[in-house]
Amino acid sequence: MGNKIAVKVDDLTVAYNYKPVLWDIDLEIPEGVLMAIVGPNGAGKSTLIKSILGILNPIAGSVSIYGKPYEKQRSLVAYVPQKGSVDWDFPTTALDVVMMGTYGSLGWIKRPRQKEKKAALEALEKVGMLSFKNRQISQLSGGQQQRIFLARALVQNASIYFMDEPFQGVDATTEIAIINILKELRKAGKTVIVVHHDLQTVPEYFDWVTFLNVKKIATGPVKDIFNDDNLTKTYGINYKVSIQK
Amino acid sequence: MDIQEYFSLVFSDYTLRTITIGTATLGAVTGMLGSFAVLRKQSLLGDAISHAALPGIAIAFLITGAKDSNTLLLGALISGLIGTFWIRGIISKTHLKSDTALGLILSLFFGFGMLLLTFIQKQPNANQAGLDKYLFGQAATLVESDVWLMAIVTGICLFVLLLFWKEFKLLLFDEDYTKTLGFNTKFLDILITTFIVLAIVLGLQTVGVVLMSAMLLAPAAAARQWTNSLSVMVVLAAIFGAFSGVIGTAISASQNNLSTGPVIVLVASVFVMFSFIFSPSRGLLFKQIRFIKNRRDLKLYKTLSFMYNIAETHDDITHPHAVKILNNFHGYTKGTLQKLVDKNYVILQENMWSLTEDGFKTASNLYNQTDNE
Repeated sequence: MGNKIAVKVDDLTVAYNYKPVLWDIDLEIPEGVLMAIVGPNGAGKSTLIKSILGILNPIAGSVSIYGKPYEKQRSLVAYVPQKGSVDWDFPTTALDVVMMGTYGSLGWIKRPRQKEKKAALEALEKVGMLSFKNRQISQLSGGQQQRIFLARALVQNASIYFMDEPFQGVDATTEIAIINILKELRKAGKTVIVVHHDLQTVPEYFDWVTFLNVKKIATGPVKDIFNDDNLTKTYGINYKVSIQK
Repeated sequence: MDIQEYFSLVFSDYTLRTITIGTATLGAVTGMLGSFAVLRKQSLLGDAISHAALPGIAIAFLITGAKDSNTLLLGALISGLIGTFWIRGIISKTHLKSDTALGLILSLFFGFGMLLLTFIQKQPNANQAGLDKYLFGQAATLVESDVWLMAIVTGICLFVLLLFWKEFKLLLFDEDYTKTLGFNTKFLDILITTFIVLAIVLGLQTVGVVLMSAMLLAPAAAARQWTNSLSVMVVLAAIFGAFSGVIGTAISASQNNLSTGPVIVLVASVFVMFSFIFSPSRGLLFKQIRFIKNRRDLKLYKTLSFMYNIAETHDDITHPHAVKILNNFHGYTKGTLQKLVDKNYVILQENMWSLTEDGFKTASNLYNQTDNE
């Protein structure tokens, strides 16, 4: 793990109406970590990711990627939205969705060509979905749809990956396949940030964790800060997890 | 004039040709754009826009006193755009959902438009007659300059769609993701909405305020049934739209100049109904056929697996058993047994049946989930 800071968030505050959803978040994410963002429903986990990525407009605060403003570093960042955020009955194929990952580097108007198609096919193979490339996306299972979304982000060949609940509604096989890909990304020196719900798997999957509940409760290595104290502070109830160290 | 006469005249008669080209162009452009509206789940936006255009027509008439269609349509365009941006404003600034915002603007603008129309009709000057054609449309009033305008807008629209095809597809499927890739979604959104407003306004003279939204939705809904590709869907919707326009106009012109709007919309609905029933992959008919066939297959295999469980208990799997045993199996019929014999899974001799090697193998592999794929 390098000492470089991949993502730096300063004084981030977001509100939908009167009540703040995120309050004064300062966060530094070191390069090369596989980080979970945990917190109860409504803690602002997705909001945090969406604000970093410029999908939502924060009231205050700034985000930098490797020391420069996010807007100038978009090509370094890939995003995997929640599976439920799109209509899977959209008339298109699995390969076509994965190709969308190349659109950012293509820029306006330019069409994808053989090179982009090849990259998309490679990504499909990485997630084990090559044989489904021409399948209409509504005919894929939930786990397969999640893999397609992951492949679309892999095609971007980014340095930093933001994923919004990639394990939601997938079966055990897919969950293992996905976490293995994430671990490979980390091995390749990439930074991976995951909104995560299953506290039991945090120590097994991740090496870095951020506790969030409107405010940032704690952030750091899982082995140092993933403890009952922080869990209780975040979830507001007396939390006991058995952590296998 | 009957329909046959109409179609023979289309190629020789100037007026009929103008009208036909006009409605075909209109159907094509609304079909194309309608695909986008339907996939963005903004089906009702078209309805709101067309109703919002009515007061614009009336005000343009009151100000200029002119009845030429370009002036009136400019008024329609302005009030249509105002309505659209009010809808967006309501959705983003209040807690109201989009259906409420659409309904509010639709009825507010339409009510105001109707008020102005009745006011105009009560005026003494005789010039006011004919404004009500914008309610239900009258294709017969189309002139060459109207058709040129439609053709130009359609051309520009087609050019823009092809130019930004990749970006539009991305926006339709996943707007948030589009933003993270660095595309200006607001620009794309305003571009597509503006074209939808333009297409609707151009269609008001032909189809009318009340039914214009069907021109947007019906061809797209029909096209969606036949394909799983966005490009094919857009092309199909354009074709369906064009044919609805032409056929609708033909019927309306040949039957004492019926209002064109309702006739075109009815023709488009026939396309929709036909597609809903007969599309091979999504149509109701084939779905039902597949459903019945699946059930029949399942029953067959269920019987086979029951026989397999009995045959398995013997060392010799082809050992014959009494047909009577099968009566214990709920769902057994003589028909299914005969079908199993036809498939060569079972041999029937008098009152005894036995599995074949093939039947035994098939039964042992039934529904082995992990072996699939």
